[in-house]
Amino acid sequence: MKAPRAVSGAGLRLVAVGLALLFTTIVLVISGAPPLEAYRQILVGSLGSFKKVTDVLVAWVPLVLATSGLLVTFAGGLWNIGIEGQITLGAIFATGALRAALDAGTAPAPAIAGAVVAGIVGGALWALLAGLLKVYGGVNEIFGGLGLNFVAVSLTLWLIFGPWKRPGVGSMSGTEPFPDFLSLPALEGYRLSPWGLVVAILGFAVIFFLLQGTTFGLRLKAVGKNARAAFLLGVPTTRHMLAAFLLCGGLGGAAGAIQVTAVYHRLIPSISSGYGYLGLMVAMLVNFQPLWMPLLAFFFAALNIGSIQLPIVLRLDSSLAGVLQGALVLFVLAMEGVRQRWRRTPAPGGEA
Amino acid sequence: MRVDLRDIHKSFGPVRANDGISLSIPAGTIQGVLGENGAGKSTLMKILSGYQRADRGEIWLDGRPAHIASPQDTGRYGIGMLHQDPLDVPPMRVLDNFLLGRDGGLRPQRRAARLALTELAARFGFDLDPEAYVEALTVGQRQQLELVRLLWLGARVLILDEPTTGISALQKEALFASLRRLSEEGRTIIFVSHKLEEVESLCHRVAVLRRGRLVGEAAPPYETDRLVEMMFGRAVSLGSRLEATSGAPVLELDNVVIEDRRMTVGPVSLYAARQEIIGLAGMEGSGQQLVLRACAGLIRPVHGRIRLDGAPMLGHSYHAFLRRGVGFMPAARLEEGLIPGLDLTEHFALTGESRGLLLQRQAAQRRAEEQIDSFKIKGTPSSPVEALSGGNQQRTLLALLRENLSLLLLEHPTRGLDIESVVWIWEKLKERCRQGTAIIFVSSDLDEILHYSDRIHVFFGGRVSPSLPARSTTVEELGQLIGGKGWPAPRGAEAPAARAPAGQGSPR
Repeated sequence: MKAPRAVSGAGLRLVAVGLALLFTTIVLVISGAPPLEAYRQILVGSLGSFKKVTDVLVAWVPLVLATSGLLVTFAGGLWNIGIEGQITLGAIFATGALRAALDAGTAPAPAIAGAVVAGIVGGALWALLAGLLKVYGGVNEIFGGLGLNFVAVSLTLWLIFGPWKRPGVGSMSGTEPFPDFLSLPALEGYRLSPWGLVVAILGFAVIFFLLQGTTFGLRLKAVGKNARAAFLLGVPTTRHMLAAFLLCGGLGGAAGAIQVTAVYHRLIPSISSGYGYLGLMVAMLVNFQPLWMPLLAFFFAALNIGSIQLPIVLRLDSSLAGVLQGALVLFVLAMEGVRQRWRRTPAPGGEA
Repeated sequence: MRVDLRDIHKSFGPVRANDGISLSIPAGTIQGVLGENGAGKSTLMKILSGYQRADRGEIWLDGRPAHIASPQDTGRYGIGMLHQDPLDVPPMRVLDNFLLGRDGGLRPQRRAARLALTELAARFGFDLDPEAYVEALTVGQRQQLELVRLLWLGARVLILDEPTTGISALQKEALFASLRRLSEEGRTIIFVSHKLEEVESLCHRVAVLRRGRLVGEAAPPYETDRLVEMMFGRAVSLGSRLEATSGAPVLELDNVVIEDRRMTVGPVSLYAARQEIIGLAGMEGSGQQLVLRACAGLIRPVHGRIRLDGAPMLGHSYHAFLRRGVGFMPAARLEEGLIPGLDLTEHFALTGESRGLLLQRQAAQRRAEEQIDSFKIKGTPSSPVEALSGGNQQRTLLALLRENLSLLLLEHPTRGLDIESVVWIWEKLKERCRQGTAIIFVSSDLDEILHYSDRIHVFFGGRVSPSLPARSTTVEELGQLIGGKGWPAPRGAEAPAARAPAGQGSPR
């Protein structure tokens, strides 16, 4: 009984990808762009050279970290929309830690390590807030998270234009950049920091193991699938939910810290760069099968990077990547709905 | 309107909820429908009101076949159903609710509706303020609103499903008076209940259902004993009772009062000793389930004391009860008992002893194999629980209970199982008792209650009987108590002394 279900699942997944491509192609045709050329540009722009691949990996690092965290909350049946804010708070905490280290004259290595840890703490605390609101305040985590996202953005702007503003006048380009020695070391001549790569791979490995091989992971899944029954079977459900929030926020915070220490070297207004929302899409697409996540995240990151030069070459907006990504998620979810409908049909009118 | 139900069949999986029911109800009759839980009353009424479709059979209205496929259809035919839980929209005003479900073009005719509402309410002596918010109304008032709404929509057949649960005595009188009046006007009333006294005082005719079949009809003057016998049937042999030697009490409830949205239960005082089996009888929603859940720490009583092995437990969490050796098995298997999406191995891993960080998948699988074998579950360690049949899900629930419990609380432990499984499951439970566990269980099956309990408490509308020795209690006595007969007057014994006979719970 299991095999045909898996086959039809994979088949429908392929149909969904086909439909998403078709949909994007139609969008391209309507906007008067040559579709094949656009796809070729994306391919070349993302995988055309080693430099491009390292750029994709720069985007891949925060995406994998955020998505790893989201796999945890999804396993617990939680929609942690607040991931964006958690990334932002991670960046704010990391920036704060680096500023303090700069003032105190701390050595670079402990300063950077401290900034990453501070980022993890910041993201985790922000997520804990959403978790507490849900568990004790009865605020759905979607609304709580969304609200906290706005607060996080406001906090960033206030810091950039207020206490942390550049000497003279505050600017949308962010805070004063940190000196080079306070950056995560990058590959010579590239933007990619191998340390960021290590953090991302480590984060994913820990989460993969946690979900697949530990009692905590199983209990969290039980909470996600039926919290009431899990509670009656003796699982402390609120504790597991809060732990899921903490873990997810911590990983999001790590992503934010990497953005500060390895990519932007300062706090900028849109420091999360939408990787949280993108991560939500990736997590939904992998549908609780974490093994595929890094690959899919790479694909999404490649779409993002590949579409950067669309405006220059084809005068197309770079949001085309978003169109394709969004269409992909919608069609995969729609196909999932189709599959469930198929499975239910054998009993017509047998609704109890 | 005359209603004819002809040979109605409806099955849910292997369960025949309605098994060829034929019933004719002349216009202007108040027809009572009696039966215990699961007898098929609700299914029959849902079919008549369009919420479910019959597998087979016909409905004739005034001598013509009716094609009822949805609740909208029944509205056209003039059939209205008053649900046990009022189907209204609480955050809206009475008048807005009154208007719901009526085709009134784009703009609701508020003025006309208000006039109709006040007129209808005045006619029946209902106390309904059109501008009040529904959430501020009592259950009785919401029911009145629903009743006048259905009448305004032109209902000529009214179905009332357990309408007197949770309403005051005054509201009940008003309801009964208006029902009598409506029947005199030629409307047909179908009154579904398990309360013998109400059915006897109100209905012109009574039909009794049992296990999906119409087992008899009666007209006044009613013989209560015969109705009880028809409702519950005769006993079949179910194996022997375990005669407990009363030891120290494991659990004690002392003047416990539980408040619920619908009712106040208690004060109830009861205890369970080691090796004892206590049965809680009563129609669904009489308060027994609330008391059982309070024994597990899932509901916090507003008053009274709960002790486990002498230790005060009131206000402690459910998980604290579990740590003290309590086991609880809910009736809703897939909603509260098991986790759809996880397989049997994962369930055993979840409830197993291993406290380590790492998941002991192999150990869990071994345990799953052992328990599948010992509980004769038809499935494999990798079967997802939702793929199991109801009976096998029930066995799984039992298999998941920990060993060496001091108290086991069970909701309908054998509902929906065939007789061999019932006997087999009780053998397993009695084995636990012999090892020192006390069992308290809720069941709507009187035979089960009488055969396996040492002592019985009967629940009726939130009132709790003193404990009855199961050996010297008959099905008839039990049936009467469940139907609300033979209770002392509610306000008689004023001071509820400890272990008082029949606590005085009053429905709100």
